[in-house]
Amino acid sequence: MLELEDIQHFLISRPSALAARYEFLAFRRPGAGREWLKGILDKVGTAKALASGNPGTRWVTIGFTWNGLRALGVDHAALATFPEEFRQGMAARAEILGTTGANHPENWVGGLASEELHAIVILFARDVAERERCRQEHREHLLQCDGVKVLSSLDMEAIPPFTYAHEHFGYRDRLSQPVIEGIGEEPTPGSGPAIKPGEFFLGYPDEDGPPAGLPQPAILAQNGSYIAYLRIEEHVGAFRDFLRQQGDTPEQQEWVAAKLMGRWRSGAPLVLSPDKDHPELGGDMQRTNDFNYGKMDPYGYGCPLGAHIRRMNPRDTAVNMQRRKMIRRGGTYGPPLPEDKPDDGIERGIAAFVGCASLVRQFEFAMNVWTNDPNFHELGNERDPFVGTQDGTFDMTIPKRPIRKKIVGLPAFTTIRGGAYFFLPGIKALRYLTALS
Amino acid sequence: MATQAIASAKEADWTKPAAMAIPKEGYFKLQNGRYGPVYPKSPACYGFTIIAKIKAGREEVIREYGKTIEKTIAGLPEALEVLKLHYLRWVLFDIGQDTYFMYQGIFDTDFDKYTEDAVSLFSKYGLNTVFENLEGFPEDWKTNAPAFVQFVRDHQRPSFLEYGEYPYVSADEIKKALKLKAAFSGMLDLMQ
Repeated sequence: MLELEDIQHFLISRPSALAARYEFLAFRRPGAGREWLKGILDKVGTAKALASGNPGTRWVTIGFTWNGLRALGVDHAALATFPEEFRQGMAARAEILGTTGANHPENWVGGLASEELHAIVILFARDVAERERCRQEHREHLLQCDGVKVLSSLDMEAIPPFTYAHEHFGYRDRLSQPVIEGIGEEPTPGSGPAIKPGEFFLGYPDEDGPPAGLPQPAILAQNGSYIAYLRIEEHVGAFRDFLRQQGDTPEQQEWVAAKLMGRWRSGAPLVLSPDKDHPELGGDMQRTNDFNYGKMDPYGYGCPLGAHIRRMNPRDTAVNMQRRKMIRRGGTYGPPLPEDKPDDGIERGIAAFVGCASLVRQFEFAMNVWTNDPNFHELGNERDPFVGTQDGTFDMTIPKRPIRKKIVGLPAFTTIRGGAYFFLPGIKALRYLTALS
Repeated sequence: MATQAIASAKEADWTKPAAMAIPKEGYFKLQNGRYGPVYPKSPACYGFTIIAKIKAGREEVIREYGKTIEKTIAGLPEALEVLKLHYLRWVLFDIGQDTYFMYQGIFDTDFDKYTEDAVSLFSKYGLNTVFENLEGFPEDWKTNAPAFVQFVRDHQRPSFLEYGEYPYVSADEIKKALKLKAAFSGMLDLMQ
């Protein structure tokens, strides 16, 4: 049912890429964007091509901001049919998202908060060497296109150890992912039923019913998705210092690290292994996501109510969850910081993409209601320890018998250095865009 | 996200009844939620008042919903749990020849946050069909949640005074306190 030959691969599959480069573009004259797009269109990866495993498959992903669609020549009437939050752009939604203080767009880098941010192009590569080759190729293409400026770029690469995906704080990632109905994959136990494709791709039935309220024209909307991009710097030195203050032994420190996340760094979920880490559980896809909160851990003695994974997916303690799923993509940037070294001041972190069919209902809801509302679960004064905007005035309660542990004044482990909303058009839509005038 | 009226839960004092006068717009300082302005928490927690003219001749149909909802809650007491309601009052009144419906709710969560869940819940328990009897309610509400939300926003009127006998206390806190009291009573009995 899904038109896999028309949908960009980005939200459907992951290429086996250990490196990538993101380039953020501005189209400085009318027609510049269309010329650039025409010359790179054949390199855009589709879900079908990726599935075929053809080694010659290119893995380029392209997205446009609303300003970018306008710069490409989409007419006013069509532009007005795009959702309000996408038209405004992420920077204008800072108050709603809770990206205030140090996370505020006035502090963002790379031109991400600028009206001139028009497009993102993601160049995936098997390794760093190939990434450099792709970068050079794109640079040559850009030299041919007069009027396309690279506002900024970000080089991505996996960090060691390479046995499984993880980020700079050392937490294993990608353990809980929604499965799209009709792709032929089975959700892992505990992940809930597969989700209707319309929750992620425009033009398909979603969890509420048939497609409705799509942007115009249909050829532009069909098979498209929205992605919210966040560049999240991780203050690894500060995080390690904090853990050292929380306990005298590594076991005590690991326990606190687990309580903030909701999983041990191995990935093992606290609900299933509340007192001790069980690394083999972390990586066992049949077990690592097979738990709930309402029945198994209502008071948070396993996974605290305000822990990151419990906020990002409240499971059976929230309603309407089929309408709240999002597809995450992204990876790490910056060199790893060795365990025994103090922070070196080099920026490192994760670049995260959140894919969905409705930014306001899916992404913005998660940021506004789950991440940054200090009264989530009636906690009173707590935000997400990793993605929430922390400024030293928020707490973290860890339920414990007989007396709970309350960390007062959680430091900021991350800073949002930039973000943006992009629309990922289908292939036919990309061709339609090149033909505008 | 933090409301202006109380800086944090730490400062909320439930021991003394309190009243709060609220500006005409419904807020002290404009803060935007995903669907419109966010209204601050008061000693009466959060709430809204929706007032809309009913379609001619629909008064009895609307009154019947009173019985429908009574039955629904009797069969499923936690049906409206997600709305975090304290109280609901539905009223019909006349102005001249026209009849108006007023839906007043007092609850523990900023309405903007759970708008989509409320709409989905209304559909699930048939409450949305009450709204179909109101003038101006979007006919395509089933596939157009934003239009449903817009209708509610357009017909909502903020209060200018709210009073709470036990200010800012959530329904969950009240229920916890009552459970604790009952548990202590039982414990004292066992110690006789």
